[in-house]
Amino acid sequence: MTQLPTTTIIGLEVHVQLKTATKLFCGCSTQFGSPPNTQVCPVCLGLPGALPVLNEHAIELAIRAGLSINCSIPPLTKWDRKQYFYPDLPKGYQISQFDLPICADGCLQIADPANPDATRKIGITRAHLEEDAGKSMHDEVAGRGDTRIDLNRCGTPLLEIVSEPDMRTAEEALAYLTKLKETMTHLGVSDCEMQEGSLRVDANVNLHIDKHGEKFITPIVEVKNMNSFRSVVGAIHFEAQRQYAEWEQTGDTIETRGKRTFGWNDAKEVTEPQREKEESADYRYFPCPDLLPVRISREQVDAIRQTLGESPQAARERLPVQYGIKPYDADVIVSQGRAMVDYFDAAALKCGDGKRTSSWIQQDVMRTLKEQGGDIESFGVTADQLGEILSQVIAGDLTNDRARDVFRHLCEQGGSVADAIAALGIEAVDNSEIEALVKDLLAANPKIVDDVKNGNEKAVGALIGQARKQNPNASPQLVRETALQLIANM
Amino acid sequence: MLDSALEVLRLQTSGEASAVEIAEQAMAAIEASQPTHNAYTHVDRQAAMATAKSVDARRAAGETLGPLAGVPVAVKDVLCTNDMPTTCSSEMLRGFRPPYDATVVEKLRAADAVIVGKTNMDEFAMGASTETSAFGITRNPWDLERTPGGSSGGAVAAVAAGTVPLSLGTDTGGSIRQPSAFCGVTGLKPTYGRVSRYGLVAFASSLDQVGPIAWSAADCALLMNVIAGYEPRDSTSLNKDVPDYTVATQSTDLRGIRIGVLRESMQAEGIDPAVQQAVAHAIGVFAELGAEIIDVDLPHREYWVPTYYVIAPSEASSNLSRFDGAHYGHRADGASDLLSMYCRSRAEGFGAEVKRRIMVGTYALSEGYADEYYNKALKVRRLIRGDYDAAFSQVDLLLGPVTPTPAFRLGDKIDDPIQMYLCDLFTVGANLAGVPALSLPGGFDPSGLPIGIQLQAPTLEESRLFFAGSAFQSLTDYHTKRPNQ
Repeated sequence: MTQLPTTTIIGLEVHVQLKTATKLFCGCSTQFGSPPNTQVCPVCLGLPGALPVLNEHAIELAIRAGLSINCSIPPLTKWDRKQYFYPDLPKGYQISQFDLPICADGCLQIADPANPDATRKIGITRAHLEEDAGKSMHDEVAGRGDTRIDLNRCGTPLLEIVSEPDMRTAEEALAYLTKLKETMTHLGVSDCEMQEGSLRVDANVNLHIDKHGEKFITPIVEVKNMNSFRSVVGAIHFEAQRQYAEWEQTGDTIETRGKRTFGWNDAKEVTEPQREKEESADYRYFPCPDLLPVRISREQVDAIRQTLGESPQAARERLPVQYGIKPYDADVIVSQGRAMVDYFDAAALKCGDGKRTSSWIQQDVMRTLKEQGGDIESFGVTADQLGEILSQVIAGDLTNDRARDVFRHLCEQGGSVADAIAALGIEAVDNSEIEALVKDLLAANPKIVDDVKNGNEKAVGALIGQARKQNPNASPQLVRETALQLIANM
Repeated sequence: MLDSALEVLRLQTSGEASAVEIAEQAMAAIEASQPTHNAYTHVDRQAAMATAKSVDARRAAGETLGPLAGVPVAVKDVLCTNDMPTTCSSEMLRGFRPPYDATVVEKLRAADAVIVGKTNMDEFAMGASTETSAFGITRNPWDLERTPGGSSGGAVAAVAAGTVPLSLGTDTGGSIRQPSAFCGVTGLKPTYGRVSRYGLVAFASSLDQVGPIAWSAADCALLMNVIAGYEPRDSTSLNKDVPDYTVATQSTDLRGIRIGVLRESMQAEGIDPAVQQAVAHAIGVFAELGAEIIDVDLPHREYWVPTYYVIAPSEASSNLSRFDGAHYGHRADGASDLLSMYCRSRAEGFGAEVKRRIMVGTYALSEGYADEYYNKALKVRRLIRGDYDAAFSQVDLLLGPVTPTPAFRLGDKIDDPIQMYLCDLFTVGANLAGVPALSLPGGFDPSGLPIGIQLQAPTLEESRLFFAGSAFQSLTDYHTKRPNQ
C-alpha cells in the first residue's frame, strides 16, 4: 500500500550549557568530570536558608547567544520557579524563566538540504535561562536498585532554545542543529559537547496526513534521550514511520490524544514510550521571590552586539575571496570556531600564503590538536609562529619536511622558531655538498642508476631517504634533481 | 540584670560583673524557666560559657570588643547555626545541623554576643501561638495558661522570662510583634531587605524579616545596629547605609512629627476594649510628647489578611518542597518507591498547620487557579503598598494596635485556623508593604495581661520608630513591668 501524502512537522528544544566558570546562582565551579558532589555548596545543594545570587556572566552569554540567533532582548526579564519533585532537584523546584524569557522571537537561516541553491528560515520562539538539575545514577552494577545522586551539575547555567515547528525533514533538523552548534561554539557561548551534556536536544514530532483532501494531524510526541546528531536524525525518521503506522491502526489525532514523551533507544534504533510523569504535569510556575527581575539596557545589548564580530557565514564567504582558498577549506576552518578563524587569519597574513596556511592548519594543526586534546587558544604553536615557519618555507630556507620537524619541536618543547631551528641543527646546505653526497649514493646503488636509465625516474626516490639520513638538511627536491642530472650525464 | 543589654554592657565596662558571671546567671535563669516556659529548643551552656570566657580574657588583655560583648542572646530556631541544631521546631528537621551560620548569627558572633541557645517557635514559623511546635508549647510568663503568641513565642518568652536581655525573632506576618505585645516586650520588624535573610529558613521569602526583641526600644536599637546591613548573598538585601540606631533613642522631643491614627480600625468588631483604651492612651502620650495626631485610612485594610493568606502559603508551598527526605531531614522508613518515600517522609515530618498551608499554597498556584488566587493577591498587594505610600505622604508614622486582644488561652484557637489567622489583622500590612513596624508595651488589661501598641514607618525609617518608641518609653513604664515569677 502506498503512503498517503504526509508532511513531518518538527520543532526542537535545545539546551546549551553556557560556558561560565561558575554556576548560575552560586560560586561553585562548572568543571565537567570532577568526582561526584565535590562542586557543591549550601546554595546549589538547596540547604535550608541558602539563597541564590545571579551570575551576571550568564546573562551576558545568553544575550550573545540570543543576538546570534536574531532574537530580540526584552528590557526586562525575570525568574520563575518550576516546581516538581525529583531527587536530583534538591530544592524541589528549578529556577527558570516562564513568561519573560531573556531572548524572544529569533530565527536561524539554514541551507536547504533538498536544494543546494536555497535556504530555509527556521523560527525561534524563545530562549530562556535556567539552572540545570543534578544527575541520578542508577546503580545497576550493585544490583540493589540504588540510585546515587551527583549534584556537581546542579545549578549549571543552561540556555533552552525553543524553535518553531518549522522543520519538515530530519535532514532539516540536522542542518538546524549543526548551524546552531556552530553559532554557539563560534561565539564561545557553549562547548556544545553532546557527550558531556553541554548540548541536549528534545524533538517534538508529528505528521500532517492528507487523505484525499482531508487533513489528519497525528498527536505530538516529544522524543528525548538522543545523544548524538545521528540519533536525532534516526529518531525523527523512526518516529515519522511509527506515527503513520499508529495512525493507520488507531486513527488517533491531535484532537483525541494528548502529547506523549518517547525515548530514543540508540541500541535498538527505535523510540519507546517513557513512563508518563504526572498526568499533564502542573509545574505551578510563579516568580522566584529570592531574585530580583533583571533590567537589561539598550546600551548593554548594543555593547554586546559590538563584540559579536564576524558570523560564521560571513567568514565562510570572506576567506575564499581574501585568500583564494576553496570554499570547502574555508568551511573546515570556520567549523572549528572563531578562534581557529583568528588563527588562520593571523598565520596567513604573516606568511602571505593562505592556501599553504589552510593546508597546514587542516593537516598539521588539527591533527595535532586531535591527538593532544586542548583548544587552539592554548596550542603550542602560535599563529605567528606558524606564519614564520611558512614564510621560511616560501623563501626556500626550510623544506616542508624540516618545517614539520620545527612544528613538532614547538609542539613538544615550546620556545621560539629560531630556538627550534637551532636545536634541530637546521642549516642551509650548499649544492656542492649535495652533489658529493649524491655521487656517493649513486656509486653505492647501481641498480637505481640502471632503473632510471631504463626510464623509471621514480626509482630515484629511494635515494632521497638515504640522503636525508646522512644529512637531514638535504632538500629532497635538490637531491632528486641532482641525482637525475648526474645519471643523465653518466 | 538580665533585662537590659545596655546594663549588661555597663556592668562589664565598670568591672561590676564579668561576662562569665553574666552568662552563669543567664544559664541559671534558663534552667529555672525552661521546665515552666519551654522557651528554648536547644541550650548550649558549653559554647556560651566559652564565648563569655573569651570575652573576659580579651577585655583583660585590653582588646577592643564588639558592641554586644558578653551580652547573652537567644536565637529563634529558624536561623541557621553551625554549632547547634536548627529545627524550625519541626520533626522534619529534628537534630538537623546546618554546615553554616546565618548572616545574622555570624554578625552576633562578630559582635562578641554570647549565644545561649535556640528558641521555640511555631513549626516553620507558621502559627500565632507557638502551639504548632513539635517540641512542646511555650507558655506566657505573664500567665502560664496563656500563649506567648507566635511564631517567635520562644524568642519573646526567653526575654519576658528574664533569661536573656536580647533575642532574635523573625516576622513574616506579625511573628515578632504579636508575641512581643502578648508578653509586654518591645519588638521590631525591620524594612524588607534591611536585614539579610541568608541562613533564615524561608517560610514566605517576600515577607520574612529577622528582627530584634528586648524590653526597651533602646536595647532593640542596639541589636539592630549589629544585624542590619546590605549583604550580597541575599539578592533582596537593600544596599543602603545603616545609621546608628541608638542615636535615635536619645531624643524625646516629638514636635514636628505627624502621627497618623487608624481610628476606624480601632473600632472594628472583635477589638478588645482594653486594646482600644491602650491605643487611645498612646495617642495622648504622643500628643503630650509634641507629636501632631492626624486621622488616616488604609482603604484596602480589609484585604490584608486574605491577601497574606494566599501569598504566604503559596511561597511556603514552594519553599518547603526541599524537605522531601531525599537529602537531609526526616526520611520515612521502609518506603517501597520514590513517591511513597516522598509522601510518607512529608506526612510524618510535617505537622497539621504546615500541611494545611502547603495544600492551600499548592492550590493557589495550580494551573487554572493561579490567576484567581495568587496573581490576584499580587495585584491587591500592590494596592496595599499604594495605600501605605499615600498615608506616608501625609504622616511620618502610623499608630494603632498590634493585636485585637491580649494573649489568649492555650488551646483556644488551635483547632480554628481562621480565628488564629485573624490574630494577624493589624500586623500583616507592614509585611505586605515591606515597611518597618515596632511593637511597644502600651498597657495592661484589667486582668494584668500586657497590651501592645504598634508604630509603622516608611521604608528604611527604623530610626524614626526607635526615636518615637524611646520617647514613648520615657513617659511610660509599661516596658519596665515584669511578670510575677
